[in-house]
Amino acid sequence: MTDIAKDQLFEYLLRLGDSSLILGQRLSEWCGHGPELEEDIALINIALDLIGQARSLLTYAGEVEGRGRDEDGLAFLRDGTDYRNLLLVEQPNQDFAYTIARQFLFDAFHLEQQRALMGSRDETLAAIAGKSVKEVTYHLRHSSEWLVRLGDGTPLSHGKMQTALDDLWMYSGEMFEMDALEAALAEAGVAPDRAALRPAWEARVAAVIEEATLQRPDDGWMQSGGLRGRHSEHLGHILAEMQHLQRAHPGAQW
Amino acid sequence: MYTQGLDVKPGDKAIPLESGTSEAEQGFQGRIDRDDRIEPKDWMPEGYRKTLIRQISQHAHSEVVGMLPEGNWITRAPSLRRKAVLLAKVQDEAGHGLYLYSAAETLGVSRAELVEQLLSGKAKYSSIFNYPTTTWADIGAIGWLVDGAAIMNQIPLCRCSYGPYARAMIRICKEESFHQRQGYEIMLALSRGSDAQKAMAQDALDRWWWPSLMMFGPSDKDSPHSAQSMRWGIKRISNDDLRQKFVDVTVPQAEYLGLKMPDPDLAWNEARGHYDFGAIDWEELKQVISGNGPCNKSRMKARRDAHAEGAWVREAALAHAEKRRARALKKAG
Amino acid sequence: MSSRDWPLFEVFIRSRNGLSHKHVGSLHAADAGMALENARDVYTRRAEGVSIWVVPSTQIVASDPGEKDAFFEPTADKIYRHPTFYDIPDDVKNI
Repeated sequence: MTDIAKDQLFEYLLRLGDSSLILGQRLSEWCGHGPELEEDIALINIALDLIGQARSLLTYAGEVEGRGRDEDGLAFLRDGTDYRNLLLVEQPNQDFAYTIARQFLFDAFHLEQQRALMGSRDETLAAIAGKSVKEVTYHLRHSSEWLVRLGDGTPLSHGKMQTALDDLWMYSGEMFEMDALEAALAEAGVAPDRAALRPAWEARVAAVIEEATLQRPDDGWMQSGGLRGRHSEHLGHILAEMQHLQRAHPGAQW
Repeated sequence: MYTQGLDVKPGDKAIPLESGTSEAEQGFQGRIDRDDRIEPKDWMPEGYRKTLIRQISQHAHSEVVGMLPEGNWITRAPSLRRKAVLLAKVQDEAGHGLYLYSAAETLGVSRAELVEQLLSGKAKYSSIFNYPTTTWADIGAIGWLVDGAAIMNQIPLCRCSYGPYARAMIRICKEESFHQRQGYEIMLALSRGSDAQKAMAQDALDRWWWPSLMMFGPSDKDSPHSAQSMRWGIKRISNDDLRQKFVDVTVPQAEYLGLKMPDPDLAWNEARGHYDFGAIDWEELKQVISGNGPCNKSRMKARRDAHAEGAWVREAALAHAEKRRARALKKAG
Repeated sequence: MSSRDWPLFEVFIRSRNGLSHKHVGSLHAADAGMALENARDVYTRRAEGVSIWVVPSTQIVASDPGEKDAFFEPTADKIYRHPTFYDIPDDVKNI
């Protein structure tokens, strides 16, 4: 095992925190517009869990960085090129089928990732993961059940669910891409090897897709870049909205 | 978030104003007078049932429509803490709508029927949610004033004669206790902030003060159903009394914030032991209730769109449940 | 079709181990699994429970309020079922 530099850990914490934050932000767009009141409440619970995770991770990132940035400094005052979330989570809600497909693909990965992080040599990261695992277990249960309901529901819902899965599939590869940074972190026992998370993800995804009577899309060309700050057009709009007040009133307390 | 005295127009024959004189009706009134609670399967006069369905469903609709003006700022909340709080608060409103629809359903009406009444424009909801939330300070003002007014209205409803409504209200009041506090906290932060933030806070108070007073409904003298609702134990304190109470507790809170009430006639009246306040623009209330508020159309459109866009999801879930049942039967058989 | 409600379920929650489940309200769900999850999301947002029961509302069999007297009045005069019915001198301990 090797020691890792602060800036490496900082960068990795952003990758974790930003994905939770952006997905939480996306889900919160549903608030008041869900297909049924009960589901509105369920989606908000998931959004709240994700934003809670983001707060813990970004707060810790700020401490590791040591330049006085807190969770809000990192969330509201970084530009898109400094965001490190997965491309998948910034994709728009579109309709309920897209929202469920995006959530399911991410949850199935997120659970494996957080489970692995519970064994991180970094105690703070391990503690955050220990809390997140319980939340994400429930998220995955929720999104899996909906994937099955919609896939094996009506012909209309089946078609919409398949389309959503097909369209979002090209963002699934990025979750398992390793680079030099994470290889060093894995070497140091701080972060899991993403590629090692893949078999469990594949098995879970295949099983749920089968139960949903859907087709697993073929692995074609995969989009990537989010973890390095290369984003889709969507992130700029998300941030313009999210950061508006902090940017318009520099230094203000809210 | 709250029910308003949205009484039906005088002359509306749908709900009888008088309590009857039959033995059953007198026995019923006797139970109310003894402070007994009425439960779903108990005999009740038709007017009582209809009044309750109307009031509880208006209340439920208000909670659900009330998610929209505040929901408007969730994605723009200025800190992650504020974002989480606002999400949790708006989620509570959804929960409260749900508790109230459930209470109404015990009276023999389905949620589908109630939602249909809302979407067709037949049912009313609180006028306050037809005003726009144009700045972040509005989120503070809504929590402080609108939830403040709501709590005042809702606490007496915890003693409502109808059991399921009273129980829903107890749960709602308990959960809402943080709503007003978080709103006031936002106003405090703004009023101690930059000049721009202070101006934002004052502007929000200017816009929300009068609509908040209107939330208590028409004046008692113009409220034909109030007396009967009081006799039935559905309403416990009159519109004007609650409004006065709200003004009395809120004025010092505004002073603490260093904000100015948008009412030149507002003054402490030593003799009455209350604040006097200016005349309410009842014409505005009438117009907003009848559909001419700044946001009536957009609020209804948002609800209709959500309902229409969710239809295939609700259908699919039912279809899937049926398939599962059929498969289980086949397996068992 | 689209105005068809999901079925209604009654929700019972055990607030902590040692206590029995208590009726807290109702909700709509397409199936029992969804009802359980919705109950978790709707009725335990503030850590109100450690266990949930959901029951389709149509499965509840209730007594008729019209028969309340026949059902419950006859026990009113059977006060000998209560310990306070019996006179025992104060001097007698542990009884």
